[in-house]
Amino acid sequence: MGTTGPHSEFTTAAELVPASWKHRHLLGLENLDQEDITTLLQTAVTLKSATDGCHNKLDILKNLTIANMFFENSTRTRNSFSLAARRLGAETVEFSASSSSLSKGETLIDTAKTIEAMNVDAIVIRHSTPGSPHLLSNNVDCSILNAGDGPHEHPTQGMLDIMTIYEQRGTIAGLTVAMVGDIAYSRTARSNIWGLKKLGANVIVCGPSTLVSNAWEQYGVEVSHNLDDIIPRCDVLNLLRIQFERQYTRPFPSVREYAFLYGMNKERMAHAKENILILAPGPINRGVEVTPDVADGPHSVILNQVTNGIAVRMAALTLTTTANQRKPSNGGNEQ
Amino acid sequence: MPDSSPLHSTTENSLLIRGGRVIDPSQDYDGIADVLVNDGVIVEIGENLSGSSNIIDATDKIVAPGLVDIHVQLREPGFEEDECIATGTAAAIAGGFTSIACLPNTCPPIDTQAQIQFIQQKAIQADNCNVYVIAGVSKGRQGEELAEMGMLAETGAVGFSDAPAPLGSTDLFRRALEYSKMFDKPILDHPELPELSQSGIMHAGATSMVLGLSGMHPDSEELATGRDLRLCETTGGRLHLMDISTQGSVELIRRAKGRGVGVTAEVCIANLFLTDDLLRSFDSNYKVNPPLRSQHHIDACIAGLADGTLDVITSGHAPRAIEKKMTELDRAPFGMSQIEFTLGLAITHLVEPGHLDISALIAKLSTNPAIALGLNNSRYHQKGTLAIGASADITIIDPNATWTVQPEFMLSRSRNTPLTGVELIGRADTVIVAGFVKTK
Repeated sequence: MGTTGPHSEFTTAAELVPASWKHRHLLGLENLDQEDITTLLQTAVTLKSATDGCHNKLDILKNLTIANMFFENSTRTRNSFSLAARRLGAETVEFSASSSSLSKGETLIDTAKTIEAMNVDAIVIRHSTPGSPHLLSNNVDCSILNAGDGPHEHPTQGMLDIMTIYEQRGTIAGLTVAMVGDIAYSRTARSNIWGLKKLGANVIVCGPSTLVSNAWEQYGVEVSHNLDDIIPRCDVLNLLRIQFERQYTRPFPSVREYAFLYGMNKERMAHAKENILILAPGPINRGVEVTPDVADGPHSVILNQVTNGIAVRMAALTLTTTANQRKPSNGGNEQ
Repeated sequence: MPDSSPLHSTTENSLLIRGGRVIDPSQDYDGIADVLVNDGVIVEIGENLSGSSNIIDATDKIVAPGLVDIHVQLREPGFEEDECIATGTAAAIAGGFTSIACLPNTCPPIDTQAQIQFIQQKAIQADNCNVYVIAGVSKGRQGEELAEMGMLAETGAVGFSDAPAPLGSTDLFRRALEYSKMFDKPILDHPELPELSQSGIMHAGATSMVLGLSGMHPDSEELATGRDLRLCETTGGRLHLMDISTQGSVELIRRAKGRGVGVTAEVCIANLFLTDDLLRSFDSNYKVNPPLRSQHHIDACIAGLADGTLDVITSGHAPRAIEKKMTELDRAPFGMSQIEFTLGLAITHLVEPGHLDISALIAKLSTNPAIALGLNNSRYHQKGTLAIGASADITIIDPNATWTVQPEFMLSRSRNTPLTGVELIGRADTVIVAGFVKTK
């Protein structure tokens, strides 16, 4: 897919969105099929190109308003969604848990309905509880985009990781991708697993046995508890942050021991393939899951991920809001 | 056509149920017969009876001892937004239950004689089904000091429990089993070790892993079940285990009964047909405690019913107001409003596939729960039986009726059910309490 692909000539969002895309909401990657994920990826590539690397502005969403509802702290994802919306000409509005009516006892659904009544076309929600975006999607008419629901899914993060790999390798099928670290509490891991599997990658989850369940094997994912065993086979390592804030009990004895067992460093890089890609969803904890020399080294594509985040979010906003406008008046598609 | 002529020895309080298949597990009775009721008491069962002009034709129906549900939350006083005694008992009648026992999780909790009398009074005013009170084991359900069991039993408490919360303190539990022996009242426990289930939303397994929802591990229930059985055995107390939902618990109870431990055990209807993967919808109506588990646990519970390890099926009726349920999954309370569907669900999922015959089902829904709480005793006018002289509590069941769950027609104040539109086979046709027809 080059910069002169079939979608490079477009003036409206509708021209960019194929009829096969039916999803009014983006709740996760698990319930998208291969064609949907390919559409999301292609649209992101097209929009990145059309905005000259997410720099320039378009006006394909110029009459839309996008609301950010973030109930957990976030800098990069919130700003990335805002920038994506504004790059496409949409307006943005910000709600946060502490300043909104939720602190006065209003329910999540009522808050969302109130925002929707201000003629908002899409709500981007981050919440600590899995399923909260799904709850909203069943109760409002605007598009809902999941920007992370607890440890469940973070579909745009999964897609931006996939896009970053795709840009470097030109394909996903056949690659061996390892997600390393805190799989139990990582929404990024789950979205990557579903997206990568559907595009034909071999996925390995690797980390301490208290954070990496063997039950993943039921879903066609390889499970490992020994990073050194898998490094030589990997085309991509995605180094996850330890989600200390979600853990009720400490799943390993110390950060020092974690870094000893699973930290990616120069010594381990020596056993990796020459063209290995190092991803990290961030924020990275230098010295824990990755040492600075690796994070800033030639194999690292961590900053490409950030740029691609804007491209993926432009694509997600365009696809979902267009599908929502196309929906039959009687309600139409659930997603 | 009522005939009040004195020549026919018919009284206003008589009733003749004619031509039904009478099934009474308490007497091993199963046959086509008529049932004659007079002055609120069963007076005769046999062929071609007469003696009343109030005739109910029960042809092609099953005439069973009134169903007994010993795990019902009525929520009044304190949580009238969820349910009140009038609505809960009306729902019970609609579900075919002539007697229910309510849990003490009200506000304030049921731990005083006055509280019991309040519920008894409200139940009499509601005039639906019989209501028996399960009082708190501990004062305020705080798990610290024993409630005044002797006086509570005298006032009418039929058992003691801190459910739906587990009895946290093993020491308190042991004392309760010892002490309640004096009054011959059972202790009912919801077996759960909170350390292994706290903040859990659903069954811990492959589905909770994928959904990123905190899990309630079967170990939590099974360790508590093991503890409870051990204490029952060493104290010789009376124990009723509520809410059994795992294969391991069923196995522990089976072995304990094999050793002669005097325990009764129940399973809630939801844990007999709903699986944890339904939580993929993130519908909080599937959030229940014990959690919906995977299929092999369901299979084990059904096997436990079939071989007598599990004695009782309950509704686990836990009505919760819609505004409490329509929220994020971690904030939503546990519970499903189930009492109106329990009989239909049991026939649909247990009798129709051949796991239990209808007679065994009636035992699990009437005779056994009555025995578990001692309601078969003459003090309570013999529940769970059609014995001559027993209170005329009778549920006439149409085992072939097909119907659809429609929440808008529920009598429970809370319609927190995920079963909208589900087709069921079998339902209560006529429900009779102390000789009075409460339905139709």
